[in-house]
Amino acid sequence: MQQGMAFLSMATTVPLFMQRSAEGIMIPLGSLVTSRSGVPDDHVLVVIQLAGGNDGLNTVIPYGSREYYVNRSQIAIGEPGSTKYNSGAALSISGADGYGLHPNLTGLLDLMENGQAAIVQGVGYPNPNRSHFTSTDIWHTGNHSGQGYGWLGRYFDNTCDGQPNPKGSIAIGNRAPLALHGSTQKAVNFETEELFRWAGASGDASLEELYDNINRQEKVNSSKEDSQLDFLVRTSLDAQVSSDRIRAAVSKQPLVRYPGGQLSQQLQLIASMIRADLPTRVYYASLGGFDTHANQLNSHANLMRQLGDTLNAFQQDLGKQGNTGKVLTMVFSEFGRRVAQNGSGGTDHGTAAPMFLIGDNVKAGLLGKHPSLTKLDQGDLMYNTDFRQVYASVLEDWMGADSKEILGKKYSKSAVLKG
Amino acid sequence: MIGNSLNKLDPKEFDAHKAHHLLKRAGFGGNARQIEAIANLGLEDAVDFIVDYQGISETETIQEDRFDKDIMRPPTSSERQSFRKIRESGDEAALEVLRTERQRRQREDRKQVAELEEWWLKRLIETPRPLEEKLTLFWHGHFATGYRTIENSYHMFQQNNLFRTHALGNFKEDLVRGIIHDPAMIKYLNNDKNRKGAPNENLARELMELFTLGEGQDYSEDDIKEGARTLTGYNVEDDAFVFRSRQHDSGTKSIFKKRGQFDGDDFVDLIFTRRSVSTFVVWKLYRYFVNDLPHEPTREVKSFVQAIGNLFKRNDWELKPVMKAIFLSKHFYDDANVNSIIKSPIQLIVQSMRSMNPPQRKKMLRTLAIASDLMGQRLFGPPSVKGWDGGRTWINTSTMFMRHNTLLYLITGQRPDGRAWEADSSQFNAMQVLEKEKSDPKRVVKELLINHLGVDTPDSSRVSTLLDYLKTQHNVIDNHSVMGLLTLISAMPEYQLC
Repeated sequence: MQQGMAFLSMATTVPLFMQRSAEGIMIPLGSLVTSRSGVPDDHVLVVIQLAGGNDGLNTVIPYGSREYYVNRSQIAIGEPGSTKYNSGAALSISGADGYGLHPNLTGLLDLMENGQAAIVQGVGYPNPNRSHFTSTDIWHTGNHSGQGYGWLGRYFDNTCDGQPNPKGSIAIGNRAPLALHGSTQKAVNFETEELFRWAGASGDASLEELYDNINRQEKVNSSKEDSQLDFLVRTSLDAQVSSDRIRAAVSKQPLVRYPGGQLSQQLQLIASMIRADLPTRVYYASLGGFDTHANQLNSHANLMRQLGDTLNAFQQDLGKQGNTGKVLTMVFSEFGRRVAQNGSGGTDHGTAAPMFLIGDNVKAGLLGKHPSLTKLDQGDLMYNTDFRQVYASVLEDWMGADSKEILGKKYSKSAVLKG
Repeated sequence: MIGNSLNKLDPKEFDAHKAHHLLKRAGFGGNARQIEAIANLGLEDAVDFIVDYQGISETETIQEDRFDKDIMRPPTSSERQSFRKIRESGDEAALEVLRTERQRRQREDRKQVAELEEWWLKRLIETPRPLEEKLTLFWHGHFATGYRTIENSYHMFQQNNLFRTHALGNFKEDLVRGIIHDPAMIKYLNNDKNRKGAPNENLARELMELFTLGEGQDYSEDDIKEGARTLTGYNVEDDAFVFRSRQHDSGTKSIFKKRGQFDGDDFVDLIFTRRSVSTFVVWKLYRYFVNDLPHEPTREVKSFVQAIGNLFKRNDWELKPVMKAIFLSKHFYDDANVNSIIKSPIQLIVQSMRSMNPPQRKKMLRTLAIASDLMGQRLFGPPSVKGWDGGRTWINTSTMFMRHNTLLYLITGQRPDGRAWEADSSQFNAMQVLEKEKSDPKRVVKELLINHLGVDTPDSSRVSTLLDYLKTQHNVIDNHSVMGLLTLISAMPEYQLC
């Protein structure tokens, strides 16, 4: 017992010094290097991937088009007010004649009417690839080979010279997405905050205390400046401190009620980290289940409900926090689906689809042109906006970066953010 | 200066500590008994024993039909014809049958690649020829090919065997020439689309940039374009390489200022006349076996690599003399190079398995394959054709926890991925890691630190931390307290080094 006390006293030096390290490691003194003046460097980007390929035509409904109903006899959604279809009637968007939202996207419509949400229609890229993996890689890297580092990873690579940017990114999930991988920048990721910690703590109290001593050191005797050991010691400390901060952040009740579902859990985590003022600049979440090859009406409707309501709750939460001005949320899917339904009441892999942007700074409403349903490329929609045009405006006008450096080419910015 | 770079270690200096270093680097470490056995062989015999592994019988002789080759077999011509008819007829029901069948095969194949992953992991853990598997993994990262892109598990298996068969063979003749004839690589780098009049440069580019010369070294963009022409018609039929002469561009090409009607094999010969070829892959071997070089290499390191490169060239690209020269060199055993490499996830798992010998746990190989993936290294799934960046990129705050929790899983059975319901409570007989001392706390602590951190003399603060722990256990050395000690040691930052 006495012996136990002896090393308890060792541990008492930890908290003070931890605080210091937390400052030192997570909030560097020099501010982020941005190449564009006038863009504040506390902007946060939240990226949400709708994994599997979201059916764009049943998200933004072209109810004014005859072809829509011809091609989708079992899964079409009726025009606003219509009672003809089991699938319900589209929500009408003010000022957008012939186009409405999926009936379950009330949460998103609400945001649009409040001036906080934009939908960019018909976003895609040339020579579309219909493999989930390849197309995901194309969106993540921003180049057509789908090879190389992620666009946001490169963004961070560009902002810090040869060192990982401590204000980097956090992905919610068991794997960090390619988008966040740079040559030096790697994302932190975890599925739940409980997995972002040492799991041995549940057992033996004396072990836990010694584990802490080992992993909360600033230096060990034998480690030289920036040696491998020094690097590992620093990262271990950083891991402990980040874990403390994140777990403290998410232990607070959110300021609004969220609906259920996997996306909701992720966005609650993200909202709580933003509220706790973590210096992280990019968060990444994803919602799966969009690969609707068969009997898609119900499953897609559930996803739309979850998506719209969750985005709405998240935005309200940020509003109560007073953070809507510094957070931009971007929603995309690796591709849309084919115009015609298949034989099983579902849709197969297609091409262009809508993207959503949410925040105080977006040009709210329906943006860009809806892809034509008559001028098709082998039964597929042709894109009107290249996704890299959207990236370019996010990079330049939100993240304050030179988009050409990051995307390898100058894309004309898509007009999605207020100037 | 260069002549001196390959000085051999004085055999008298080859002690248990150096033997351990050799065993970790040329393989995946081992337990105290194995380290001692290697030390007792003496330097030369130890290196011969490890490098001349052909004489040691394998755990399992690999048969070609070890895995099902037909899951993703291409359709026969009559099948193709009937598919076309169905598509043209627009018969939705029949199309649906085709679609379902394709999806079933893809599912089946994903299952097989998971089995392949476990099978390799098991070999890595159990092989009596650790250098063979360690090099197979090296070549997998060097000639990186990912299952996700090619979606053919059998081709991944074939490629894995190519790397294993020639792990220590001839770099030029067996590996580089082998890889341009390898079905998985041909598909991965789209050479199946590389044909006369419509060249695809992917393989030609990576062949020089990533496999032999290094980015921007010793070649021009024109050499890539012309190189791509030499590789036209290098294609795959079913599970084998095929040269399609009608797709091949047999015209005159100009590469490295030489002109001729070169084909892909000539292209390989031409590449091996370039200066950079002798050191490019040696640098990668150096980072993998000697020091992963987080900083700009010193003059001494550069001259060592140059000397090895010269030796490599003199030996016509044979790998065995290169590996022996490295493992015999004084440089390899320098203090600056001991414990200087950050363990890859596979090294972490396999070395821990071999040195601790934890109990078999249910679904253990699957769990470890998942853990390795979560730490950033999925077998048969390198992130890109560049392979794994390695070194410090393995480590960030999330992978650090995953590393600690994976070790916790080996020791206690508690899952590293939160699937608590699948925990396995088989008791770890931890006392078996203590070879010599089983009761004196100080000596137990010292022995464990030496064996599991690979250090010569344990750091005094680490010793006192562990002694503090033993005090809470009333200084009793038993299964429980040794598990506690191993838990703490494996959570030390030093444990990530080898």
